[in-house]
Amino acid sequence: MLRDITIGQYFPGNSIIHRLDPRFKIVITILYIVMLFTGSSYICLAVGAVYTFGAILLSRIPLKMFFKSVKPLFIFLMITALINLLFMSRGNVLFHWKFIKITDEGVNTSVFMVIRIVLLIMGSSLLTYTTSPITLTDAIERLLSPLRKIKFPVHELAMMMSIALRFIPTLIEETDKIMSAQKARGAEIDTGSFTTRAKNLISILVPLFISAFRRADELATAMECRCYHGGEGRTRLRQLKSAPRDYIALGITILFLAAVIVLSRLF
Amino acid sequence: MENIIEIRGLHFSYESDDEEKKPVEVLKGIDLDIKKGEFVAVLGHNGCGKSTLAKHINAILLPTEGTVTVDGIDTKDEEKLFDLRQRAGMVFQNPDNQIVSSIVEEDVAFALENLGVPYEEMRRRVDESLKAVGMYEYRLHSPSQLSGGQKQRVAIAGIIAMEPKCIILDEPTAMLDPQGRKEVLATIHRMNREQGITIVLITHYMDEAADCDRVVVMDKGMVVLDDVPAKVFSQVEKLKAIGLDVPQVTELAWELRKAGCDISPEIISEGECVAAIQKLFAD
Repeated sequence: MLRDITIGQYFPGNSIIHRLDPRFKIVITILYIVMLFTGSSYICLAVGAVYTFGAILLSRIPLKMFFKSVKPLFIFLMITALINLLFMSRGNVLFHWKFIKITDEGVNTSVFMVIRIVLLIMGSSLLTYTTSPITLTDAIERLLSPLRKIKFPVHELAMMMSIALRFIPTLIEETDKIMSAQKARGAEIDTGSFTTRAKNLISILVPLFISAFRRADELATAMECRCYHGGEGRTRLRQLKSAPRDYIALGITILFLAAVIVLSRLF
Repeated sequence: MENIIEIRGLHFSYESDDEEKKPVEVLKGIDLDIKKGEFVAVLGHNGCGKSTLAKHINAILLPTEGTVTVDGIDTKDEEKLFDLRQRAGMVFQNPDNQIVSSIVEEDVAFALENLGVPYEEMRRRVDESLKAVGMYEYRLHSPSQLSGGQKQRVAIAGIIAMEPKCIILDEPTAMLDPQGRKEVLATIHRMNREQGITIVLITHYMDEAADCDRVVVMDKGMVVLDDVPAKVFSQVEKLKAIGLDVPQVTELAWELRKAGCDISPEIISEGECVAAIQKLFAD
C-alpha cells in the first residue's frame, strides 16, 4: 500500500517536452509563473491558458492527470475565492446581509484568481510530470552553481536531495516490513481509536529511525571508500547539453510573456 | 611475487567515550602479507575483528599501533588518501547501503566523478565495468528494481571502475539468497582471474573460503591459521575449538579418518571426496 506513493509523479515519456533540457524547463517554469502573475485581465489569462494547454498537448500526458493535480488543492482554491469574495469592498454591491457584502468586483476577482491558480498548478505539474526527480535535482544544482561563490552549499544540498530520492523506495520497503512485524506482535495500526493508532505509530517510527541512522552511517563509509570529498573537482557522468529546441522553447515562452505584458498595458 | 598489502604489528583499540572504561582492544598484533593477484579469504566468527582489519586496508580506520602499507602507500599518509582508496576498493555487506545514486550507471560512475575523471574516460570505464559484472543491460534501471545479487554486482562495478589493484569484500554475500551468492562469487573469481585483481574476501561461509588460494583464520583479534585451504581445513579440531565449522566433505573425511579409514584429511571439494571414498572402496 505504501509502495503506491510516488514523489513528484513522473510520467516517463519521450515527447518534446520530456526531452527539453531540465535547466531550461526550470527557467521556463519561472517565466511562466511571472507571465501568469503580470497579466491582470482575462485576455492575459486567455493567453496563459493557450500556452498551458499547448504545452500539455505537446507533452502527450492525458489532460486528466493535470486536473487530478488540482484536486488536492481544491480547498485552498475555495478559501482563496471566499476571501476575495468577502473582503473586496470596491464595486457595486450585489448582495448585502448583516456584515457580508458581495460586490461585482469581488466576484470578478475570485473567478480570476481561481483560474490563475489552476493554470499555475497545471503548468508547474507539467515540469514534475515530464522530468524525473533526479534530473530535476541535477538541473537545480547546475542552475544554482553560481551561488557557490557566496559559499552557498549547492553541491551538498543536491547530494542530500539525490540521496533522499535514492532511499525513498528502500525506506518505504523497510516501513512495510516493520509494520508487518509490529502487527504480528499485536500492534494495532489500521484499527483502533485515533489515539491508539497514533501511539502505535511510535513502535514503527523508532525502529525505522534507528535503521535509517545505521544506513546513513554505512553509506557515509561506503562513500568515503569511493573517494567522496564534496563537490570540489567533481566531474559528471550526466552531461546536460542544450539543443536548438531548448532555445526555441525559451523564445516562445518569452514571446508569450511579452504578449501578456503588452496586453495588460492595453487593457 | 611482490606483496601488495603489508600489515606489521597491527594493534587497534576502540576508544570508549567513558574515560573510566578501558579502550576495547579489537586487533592484537597482526602481521599479514598479501601478494599481488592472490585470492585470500579471511575467516572468523562474529567479533573476531575481521571487519575491523578490512577497514584498516583502505584507511577507514587507522592503526593504534603498527603499520598498514598498500601498494607502497602507508595508510597514515593523508596526502595519498585518495590514491590509496582508489587502489584498494571496498565492498560491504549490505548492497542497499552502499549504492548512492538512483540510476545504476550513475552509481558506478560515483567514484570516478569524485576523482574528477574526464567524461569520455568515465563513460568508457563505466560501460566496461558494467559489462564485466554482467549488468550492462540494467545500466538505466533504478537500484530498487534489482535483486540483492544484482545490487551487489553493481556495487562491485562501482569499485572496479576505479581500476583498483585490490578489492576487499566484507561479507558481500551474507545478505543474499543462494542465487545471488553464486552470481557475486562468480564475478569476484572472474575479476581475480581475468584482471589479476587481488581479492581479500571476508566471509563466514566455509565453502566460499574453500575456493580461495589462501585462508587466514582470525580469532579474538589475532591470526591463528594462515595457509592453503586444504591445510587449514584439515585442522578440524582447532577450527571447532574457535567456533568455526569446516566444509561438510572435510568433516566427513575427518570422521572417516577417526573411524580408522585411510583417507586424506586435506579434502575440501565434493569431487575430491567422491574420488577418495571410491578409492577406499576399491582398496
